[in-house]
Amino acid sequence: MTAAIQLEGLEKIYHEDQPNIAVRAVNGIDLTINHGEAVAIVGPSGCGKSTLMQLLGCLDRPTRGSYRLEGQNVSRLDDDELAHVRNRRIGFVFQSFNLLARYSALENVALPLMYSSVDNPAQRARAVLERVGLVNRAGHLPSELSGGQKQRVAIARSLVNQPAILLADEPTGALDSRTGEEIIQLLLELNAAGTTLIVVTHDLALARKLKRVVRLRDGKVEADGPPEQVLAEAPAGVQ
Amino acid sequence: MSIFETLRTAMRALLSNKMRSVLTMLGVVIGVGAVVAMLALGEGTKADIEKNIRSLGSDVLTVRPGQAQMGQVRGGNVETLKVEDAEAVGELPGILQVAPSAQASAQIKFLSNNVSASVVGVTPEYFEVQKLVTQYGAPFSETQVRGRRRVAVLGSNVAMKLFPGSEPLNQRVKIRGLSFQIVGVLAGKGEGFSSPDDQVLVPLLTHQTVLFGRDYITTMTIQVENENDLDNTKLEIEGLLRSRHRLRPEEASDFNISSTKDVLATVGQITGMLTAFLAALAAISLLVGGIGIMNIMLVSVRERTREIGIRMAIGARRGDVLLQFLIEAVVVSLLGGVIGLGVGAGIAFTLSKVAGTGFVLPLYAVALSLGVSLATGVGFGVWPARSASRLDPVEALRYE
Ligand SMILES: Nc1ncnc2c1ncn2[C@@H]1O[C@H](COP(=O)(O)OP(=O)(O)OP(=O)(O)O)[C@@H](O)[C@H]1O
Ligand SMILES: [Mg+2]
Repeated sequence: MTAAIQLEGLEKIYHEDQPNIAVRAVNGIDLTINHGEAVAIVGPSGCGKSTLMQLLGCLDRPTRGSYRLEGQNVSRLDDDELAHVRNRRIGFVFQSFNLLARYSALENVALPLMYSSVDNPAQRARAVLERVGLVNRAGHLPSELSGGQKQRVAIARSLVNQPAILLADEPTGALDSRTGEEIIQLLLELNAAGTTLIVVTHDLALARKLKRVVRLRDGKVEADGPPEQVLAEAPAGVQ
Repeated sequence: MSIFETLRTAMRALLSNKMRSVLTMLGVVIGVGAVVAMLALGEGTKADIEKNIRSLGSDVLTVRPGQAQMGQVRGGNVETLKVEDAEAVGELPGILQVAPSAQASAQIKFLSNNVSASVVGVTPEYFEVQKLVTQYGAPFSETQVRGRRRVAVLGSNVAMKLFPGSEPLNQRVKIRGLSFQIVGVLAGKGEGFSSPDDQVLVPLLTHQTVLFGRDYITTMTIQVENENDLDNTKLEIEGLLRSRHRLRPEEASDFNISSTKDVLATVGQITGMLTAFLAALAAISLLVGGIGIMNIMLVSVRERTREIGIRMAIGARRGDVLLQFLIEAVVVSLLGGVIGLGVGAGIAFTLSKVAGTGFVLPLYAVALSLGVSLATGVGFGVWPARSASRLDPVEALRYE
């Protein structure tokens, strides 16, 4: 069986053409993540976690190296093909929710369906909203929801096209610890139901709940393994 | 994304900022409104004039003194045509009748009522050639003309002004201080442009001797037997008048002959110039409106950078984003065009009612205003929309 994600020598260099300000944000990463895994990505601020997630989420192209998504090399796809991957095959959850302010919870969830022209978008969106426990808030605007509820709406939106892989960049970063724990719980439930899960987090207590932890430093994988192993040897620099 | 969804998205964005959308639209509304109003008024006036000219009939030639310069604008000596010229023209073959006339302005008085009108000296043929019908009384007789009688036939407007609510027939009015008996009143024609309604007719000889002491005429209206021979007849008349006026071949004619067709062509030429002028005006006002749209759309794209990033992150293609903003610009512009069309037509209609001229909303003006506002939306919306579609998703998401 092919891996969900397979990275070989992945690099992302910002401003590569200007040597004095070039940043090697991702500096040669080899990583394989299988279907159904739940992976936490940790590391000090600026080590390249978000950059890596943007590459994984097909929001950006690597400078060098290869990225195979379910066996397909996506580092060579054109803009429209990448848009299609983002729409159908990968769900992305942001720290800052990124909901459209003038759209209701239900409309936000249905938004990806507008770009994939499926039947009964409202019905499908409602079903996903039910799954994250927010049907009773379907008509509310984001401004009328709590932080945790907003993140649930964002997760519902990322799920509405039933992607195989769910990426979350510090999904609990803007939430208090109890609400954050609920969100992680929800993500783990989705993982248990079969979705491959990759979460960036600063919260080591949350990272411990995932079966595999990858620690980055200076754009490279520093440690990779079960949480007991990776987090035990964590240097003081990692919160 | 389907075009219907895109349209809905655009409408939502426009409605969520109503005031701005309305103000953006205003540029196009004013531009299109002004153009439509002027086109409608211009066409209405043109139709009026043409109807007036056509009422003369297509078998009629008009000879006027003076040289033809720059189209139909006349200049030079205006005392070149004489009654004898008219009589000679009447002898030519193919001529049905000739109506010489002399025109001048004068004050007409009845008791304390006073109007200034165009006093035209005419012969009995004038009524037939000009297709004038009397509502009361009768046209002049040959005897009245030969006898230099002081009789007058009033145009309907003049009659109304001088005799509000009383019978004009057989009353006496004063023209240039001389007493004239009213022997007829013309039926109203209801046209605004040099209409017989505003004239007072007197016998030609009376006009020339008693009233104004001039021996020349200002117009010779000629009805031909066969309108297909109009051009030939015109040449014959020209030859005759030139020899009567002893003009050498190299000299220009001191008169000019025009047919209804010629006059219509001139009117068409003038309206054409007016239309070109309006088109330039339209281009300028729509340019201003279009720049307004582009300006607002650029601001809107900047403001909504984050939204664009979000849409791209969840699967919007560049084309989807482009279309979304383009359609927004087109909706604003087209809506402005439709409203402008209504406003312009309303203004033209009101003005034509006030001025008593005709109202015509030409189909081409409707098509033009809608087409041009559509083109404005596309033309000025495409750059902002392109700049939106070219955003980098990661950069756009980071935008505060
Ligand atoms: N668009 C960019 N242009 C230039 N440099 C960038 C850009 N984005 C990120 N970087 C740099 O790349 C490095 C990695 O940034 P990244 O955001 O991936 O870190 P991170 O691990 O997510 O940090 P944090 O934990 O603070 O979110 C940083 O040094 C950052 O300054
Ligand atoms: Mg980050």
